[in-house]
Amino acid sequence: MASVQWHSRVRKYEAEVQYCRSETVPVEFGDYHPLKPITVTDSKSRKSGRKGSTSSSSSSSSSVALDPLTSILDGTDPLSLFAAASASEAPTLSHSASAGELGRKRREKEEEVGTDFEPWSTKRGEILARFTTTEKLSINLFMGSEKSKATSPSSAVSEKVRTRLEELDDLEEGSQREMLNLSQQDYVNRIEELNQSLKEAWASDQKVKALKIVIQCSKLLSDTSVIRFYPSKFVLITDILDTFGRLVYERIWSMCSDPRPLTDSFSVEDVNDTAKETCLNWFFKIASIRELIPRLYVEAAILKCNRFLSKTGIQETLPRLTAMIRGIGDPLVAVYARAYLCRVGMEVAPHLKDSLNKNFFDLLASFRQIHSDSVQNQLVLQRVEIPVYLTLYSPAIHWILQCVSYRAPEALLTEMMERCKKLGNNALLLNSVMWAFRAEFVAARATDFIGMIKDCDEAGFPKHLLFGSLGRSLACADPPENEKLPILNEAWKVITKVRSPQDYINCAEIWVEFTCRHFTKREVNTVLADIIKHMTPDRAFEDAYPQLQSVIKKILAYFHDFSVLFSMERFLPFLDMFQKDSVRVEVCKSIMEVFIKHQQEPTRDPVILNALLYICKTMHDSVNALTLDDERRSLALLINGFIRMVSFGRDFEQQLSFCVEARATFCNLEPVIIQLIHTVNQLAMETRRVMKGNHSRKTAAFVRACAAYSFITIPSLTSIFSRLNLYLLSGQVALANQCLSQADAFLKTAVSILPEVPRTISIEGKLRSSESFLLDFINNFLSTLLVVPDHPEQGVLYLVRGLLNMVQDYTWEDNSDAKIRVYISALPLLAALSQESYLYTVPKVDSNETLYGGDPKFVAEINKLCETLIGQVLDHLKSLGRDEGLRRQSSLAFSLFGCLLAHGDLRNNKLNQLAVNLWNLSHKHGYCETRTSVRTLEYIKHQALQQDMAHLSEMLLRLSLQSRA
Amino acid sequence: MSATLDIRLKRANKVYHEAEVVAGVVVILSKEAVQHQGITLTMEGVVNLQLSSKSVGVFEAFYNSVKPIQLITSNIEVVKPGKVPGGKTEIPFEFPLQVKSNKVLYETYHGVFVNIQYTLRCDMKRSLLAKDLSKTCEFIVHCQPQKAKLQPSPVDFTITPETLQNVRERGSLPKFLIRGHLDATNCVITQPLTGELVVESSEVPIKSIELQLVRVETCGCAEGYARDATEIQNIQIAEGDVCHGLPIPIYMVFPRLFTCPTLETTNFKVEFEVNVVIVLHDDHLITENFPLKLCRV
Repeated sequence: MASVQWHSRVRKYEAEVQYCRSETVPVEFGDYHPLKPITVTDSKSRKSGRKGSTSSSSSSSSSVALDPLTSILDGTDPLSLFAAASASEAPTLSHSASAGELGRKRREKEEEVGTDFEPWSTKRGEILARFTTTEKLSINLFMGSEKSKATSPSSAVSEKVRTRLEELDDLEEGSQREMLNLSQQDYVNRIEELNQSLKEAWASDQKVKALKIVIQCSKLLSDTSVIRFYPSKFVLITDILDTFGRLVYERIWSMCSDPRPLTDSFSVEDVNDTAKETCLNWFFKIASIRELIPRLYVEAAILKCNRFLSKTGIQETLPRLTAMIRGIGDPLVAVYARAYLCRVGMEVAPHLKDSLNKNFFDLLASFRQIHSDSVQNQLVLQRVEIPVYLTLYSPAIHWILQCVSYRAPEALLTEMMERCKKLGNNALLLNSVMWAFRAEFVAARATDFIGMIKDCDEAGFPKHLLFGSLGRSLACADPPENEKLPILNEAWKVITKVRSPQDYINCAEIWVEFTCRHFTKREVNTVLADIIKHMTPDRAFEDAYPQLQSVIKKILAYFHDFSVLFSMERFLPFLDMFQKDSVRVEVCKSIMEVFIKHQQEPTRDPVILNALLYICKTMHDSVNALTLDDERRSLALLINGFIRMVSFGRDFEQQLSFCVEARATFCNLEPVIIQLIHTVNQLAMETRRVMKGNHSRKTAAFVRACAAYSFITIPSLTSIFSRLNLYLLSGQVALANQCLSQADAFLKTAVSILPEVPRTISIEGKLRSSESFLLDFINNFLSTLLVVPDHPEQGVLYLVRGLLNMVQDYTWEDNSDAKIRVYISALPLLAALSQESYLYTVPKVDSNETLYGGDPKFVAEINKLCETLIGQVLDHLKSLGRDEGLRRQSSLAFSLFGCLLAHGDLRNNKLNQLAVNLWNLSHKHGYCETRTSVRTLEYIKHQALQQDMAHLSEMLLRLSLQSRA
Repeated sequence: MSATLDIRLKRANKVYHEAEVVAGVVVILSKEAVQHQGITLTMEGVVNLQLSSKSVGVFEAFYNSVKPIQLITSNIEVVKPGKVPGGKTEIPFEFPLQVKSNKVLYETYHGVFVNIQYTLRCDMKRSLLAKDLSKTCEFIVHCQPQKAKLQPSPVDFTITPETLQNVRERGSLPKFLIRGHLDATNCVITQPLTGELVVESSEVPIKSIELQLVRVETCGCAEGYARDATEIQNIQIAEGDVCHGLPIPIYMVFPRLFTCPTLETTNFKVEFEVNVVIVLHDDHLITENFPLKLCRV
């Protein structure tokens, strides 16, 4: 094909805009829009009883949308309906195998205990985690929990007889098994096995065996040989008891299911005789258990079954069991038995407060047992010290008191406290009172409590625990206003004397909350100073990071004003105690999170800036080669948040120097560098805005400095597209600020690094072709080039040529049309460049239109360039003549056609002919989308109506639609 | 050709009183029809007495067991000879619990030397070729409530080294003072035995406090009579060194079947006692005995 001669169509942008405007149909609001909330106008009365005006205004888009789905379904969303239903039924579905779960659910429902009652399940884990031992444990069972597998296979007796015999052996000859030297984990596993075998025995209808297992397990509770483990043992074994109680209850319940299942609120009359008899049998069996402790526990476990027998059964049994506990000599065993009874009582009959109280009073009455000789002897034997021993009581007493004080009247609590006071050495009780009673109650009497704590015997229960408990209450409820300071002083006087750093920090951590809540930075500062003083010797802080972290968290929760926070002298020294890198970064992150969340205004406060810069630097410095991407991202996000919050107002130079400093500090985090470049660019634009576009000498120098900043910072980025985009952006900013040579440099560099773009880049861990990104960038770049004036020392259209050369040399993917697409998209730019006045310009910058003033030589230059490009495109089209290229050929040809149509002067015959040829080429093989073709034809028809466009209608005749046969 | 026979009583607890009607069904389960020569039901009430080897010689004990005393025996035919269809057949029956003029229905009691037992037996007679089927089922008889008004009979007790009898070396005994009371020694069999016990002081720590329920069975025979006391159950009420001065509840449920209202007849006696047993840490065993009189109201 002979070389084409390019003639750009002369555009009159103004006129075109005018023309287009007159044509535009004003968009009517109220039209359907998919994103607009749908407002249903419904003339029929709604079926649902929902009242409300049937609004007829459909146009308002802000009104609260009535979701048509919800209105149809009687106002209830079907999904949430399902969710609600499944919330109550979910356990049934998932655990349908075990009826026990179902029953428990049922039980929970009928409880009168509100959600404000901390359930046992939360205590359970705490106890298991807290009371551990490294000593060896033993389980002594008088009965095998599993059959020995070593039966001689030679015996001819049938399987049934054999198992029967074994069972007899098991039960009679006393398969007394003593498992010694169990580690704690082994012990837990064994207990779990017992739990399993209980369930198995029950499932296989061996009720007697099940009962035996339970009895043997509860017997373990009378053994205090490894006393430190006792609370955990209690938890494990009462789990088994719970299982058993549930099984029995379920069984009897199911016996009454004929003709219809019992309701939750059944009465004795609804229970049939068989069920009653079975139930009675259980009670008789349990009543004949020889040992006190198993009898007590097992009966407590099936306490609920009393409901089947009589109305008052539970009411009568609870006091009896309570009294029965008096027979337990070991105070620790007794107190846990009480805790279990209270727990069961609370679960089954929360309204029976009396026995709870009685339990507590009995506990007080037998309190001196704790200091009895037999206990002392045992402690000596096991080498357990009194303070440690006393803490073993805490969970049980806490629980009992929690049950007692739950929704109890003030008077009762006062009475309880008085009773505790009367006992000598009552620190243990005092501690539990403070734990379990309502925080408001404790807070109101905080001064009294401090007095009592002071009176306690130093040798017994550790005082720091007492103050810890008091502090916990005070953190939730406020003491009388005028007592606050004396309370803090008194408490801290004691806390500061605690010698062990671990004990000290545990206690201090709690009191920090109280201090933050009620006092100013002065007091908090003092507290921090004290903590630093205690934790620094021997690097004690190393063992207390969690507590120290919690201190910081509490302070951050109350101090959101960072100028106040950082004006605490001791805050930063406190941070210095976090010397383990991971913890340190963690703390810094939490501080930054709070800052970003709560800092509303940009700041220039040097105190804040210095401190935060230091904190951010700490975070930044933690980044190394091993840091995970996510971690980097989150750190960068936090630092960016900080940088965005820094503003020196009109002091732009200061801001720039801050950015310089920040760049030096955060050089390892690319997102931060990018943010800094954006900040500086923004700064330049801000300067321009302030100067209203007329830079003085000083501001001109300043914006040039900004440009220089960007220019030297961008190359340090590794991501090529970040670099490219930032060069372009900075170039635009420089141009806007009339820094021509800077802009030129930016754009030139951008062009020069184009060849570095790899063919694939990794996005979110996946390798993707970079082609589309590159095309986007180049198009963006081309549109900027329109306004960039040529460099006086370089040739015409020096940047455009440079770009096109780079495009030509770039190693594009094989079989890719990207290069040609770039060429095609360069044509509109060139066409725009050859206009007399440009579509857009930068204020106060002379573009080529002014430089050349539409000089024919310049236009000729452009046309020559266009012709080269078109030549390239046509060559490429030719090479696509084979089968697999046809579709691409058609699409490219159509693009070029579109380009010619919009930007070429089709009055020129050659161009006209070329366009027609391209049209035909694109339609030749039927790969063209008919809809697009039709619309294009319509567009041409429309254009042809304009002045000077008559030639189009002529051309139109030559464009035929090829129907796809 | 396997048929099973079963007796199901109407009352779940199987407890009947004199003059009541024992009602229930005989259940025959079979795949095919069963040919039989009559199904009969027999009600029997027997007192079995056994002499203990302690009171008489071993051999006498073995051979000379005293003849059982029949309390009640009666027989009815439930079905005449014929055929029972296959599947599950339930034949209802009613049996009046009526004794002959001079006899008394004692309460069911399972002891060691005295056993009072009531049974229902169902027999299915069959032709020579097939085995007869038989099924026995125990039911429980409670005697009529006693008419005499129950005398409340609380007992207070104090145990010190001085109050003990049968002490070998009184000097080696540690000092202790235990006080307490039983709410009643005339007990209603359905009510638990209750009371309280206070360890006022004890030199040696206490290991355990237990309640031992003992039956005393007396059998009269030609050679005289044998009287034996055996333990029924032992219930621990205190474990370990209990708190001094704090009352510990005494509470024991009388087990069913193994206890009955105190019984005194011409041929045998069944009586009950309770021992309060205190075990000290040095394994000293202190026992205080209280005879009980059980009754049903």
